[in-house]
Amino acid sequence: MADTSTHVIDGVVVEEAIVFSLSGLCQAAGASPAQVLALVDEGVLQPTGDAPQQWAFAGPSLRTTRTALRLNADLALGTAGAAVVLDLLEEISALRARLRRAGLE
Amino acid sequence: MEFKDYYATLGVERSATQDEIKRAYRKLARKFHPDVSKEADAESRFKEVAEAHEALIDPERRAAYDEISQRHARGEAFEPPPGWDSGFEFSGRGGAGPGAQQQPSAEDFSAFFESIFGRGGPSARPAAGGHRQAPGRDHHAKVMIDLEDSYRGAHRTITLRVPVVDAQGHVALHDRQLEVNIPPGVREGQHLRLTGQGGPGHGGEPAGDLYLEITLKPHPRFRVDGRDVYVDLPVSPWEAALGASVAAATPAGDVLLTIPAGSSQGRKLRLKGRGLPGKQPGDLYAVLTLTLPRADSDAAKAAYTSLQAAFPDYHPREALEG
Repeated sequence: MADTSTHVIDGVVVEEAIVFSLSGLCQAAGASPAQVLALVDEGVLQPTGDAPQQWAFAGPSLRTTRTALRLNADLALGTAGAAVVLDLLEEISALRARLRRAGLE
Repeated sequence: MEFKDYYATLGVERSATQDEIKRAYRKLARKFHPDVSKEADAESRFKEVAEAHEALIDPERRAAYDEISQRHARGEAFEPPPGWDSGFEFSGRGGAGPGAQQQPSAEDFSAFFESIFGRGGPSARPAAGGHRQAPGRDHHAKVMIDLEDSYRGAHRTITLRVPVVDAQGHVALHDRQLEVNIPPGVREGQHLRLTGQGGPGHGGEPAGDLYLEITLKPHPRFRVDGRDVYVDLPVSPWEAALGASVAAATPAGDVLLTIPAGSSQGRKLRLKGRGLPGKQPGDLYAVLTLTLPRADSDAAKAAYTSLQAAFPDYHPREALEG
C-alpha cells in the first residue's frame, strides 16, 4: 500500500459546505440508519425532505450525531437521554460564550 | 509493561459485584466523559475508566485479569505468557467504529489491556474477509490550530496510524502522513472533510473519507466566540474622556482605532469584518478597560487634586444612595 502521499489535500469545512444524505451521514458518523432515524424521531436531527430517501442533513448534523452516539454508548443514556444532554450542552456552551465575551473565563 | 489496577481505577473492592462495578463506572463516566466534563484531563481519565470497566464487567475477562493480578501481587513480574488468551473467546465489540488515532474512544485501550485480551476495538478488524465489496470506512481525528491559523489558513502535516491488512491477512499498524490545507475562517468544533483519505475500500469500492475536528488553541490575548473575536484594550482616563487614536492589536496585525470622546469602562468598539474570515466574516470587538495612573509623585497628586476641584458635584456612588 502506498502510504506516502506527497500532494496537499484541501480540507472542506463540513459545517459550511456539505449536506449529507441519510446514508452519507451514517457513513460519516459511523451510525446505523436506525440510530439516525431515532435521532430524527427525537427531534435532535432535523433533515429537510419528506421521506428518508430524500432527507438532507445540514453539515452540523455530523457533530450532533457523533456526540449523541458517544453519549448513548458510553453513558447508556438512550436516545431521549442523549437528546436532553445535547440540549443542556448547547445551553452551557452559550452561557460560556457570554462569560468569554465578558472576559470572565 | 506497567500493571494496571482496574479495581483502583474504578474505586471498588476486589470483591465488588458486577452491579457495583457497573455503578462505579457509570458515576465516573458521567464525571469524566469528554463530551460533558470540563475536568482538565477528562479524556485520558475517561479512557482509563472505560478500559477498567471493559475488563471487569465481563466475567470471563475479569477472571483472567484476577489471576494475572494475583500473580502480580505475589511479586511476579507481569508478563503474559504466549497464547495466554487462546483459551478465552473474547467477542470484542462489534458495530461501527472509527479507526483514526487521536480519537477519544473507549476502544483505544492500553497495551496492557491488549496484551491480556487482544485488540478489542473494531479498528483492529478491518472489513471481515477483506475481499468482499465494501466502501472504505470514514475515519475521524482531531487537529489543534492557533487563532492566527484560522485567520490566514494553515498548512499541516498530520500523521495517522492506520491498521493495514497484508496478503496473509495479518494486521499491522502503518504511519501515514498527510499534507493538509486548512482553509481560513475555520472555527472551533468544525470539521474538515478530506475526501478519499479514510479507510481503503474493498472490491473496487471507493475509500472512505477522513474528518478532522478543529480545536482552537486558547489565545492569551484574544477571546473567540463563534466568528467574533474579543480583545481587551486598556485606555487612560483622558483617552476615554477626550477621545484618542490608539494602536490596537488584532490577530491580523495592528490597526489604528478611534476611541470616541466620552467613552466609559467596558465600552465595546466594533471593527466590522475583522473577526474570523469567511463568507460572512466575524467582527472584532475591542473592549475598553480603564486604567488609572498612580498618584506616586507630587505632580501626579496635584493633577488628581485639580481633577477633584474641577468636579465638585461628581458623585460616583449616587446610584447606591437610596
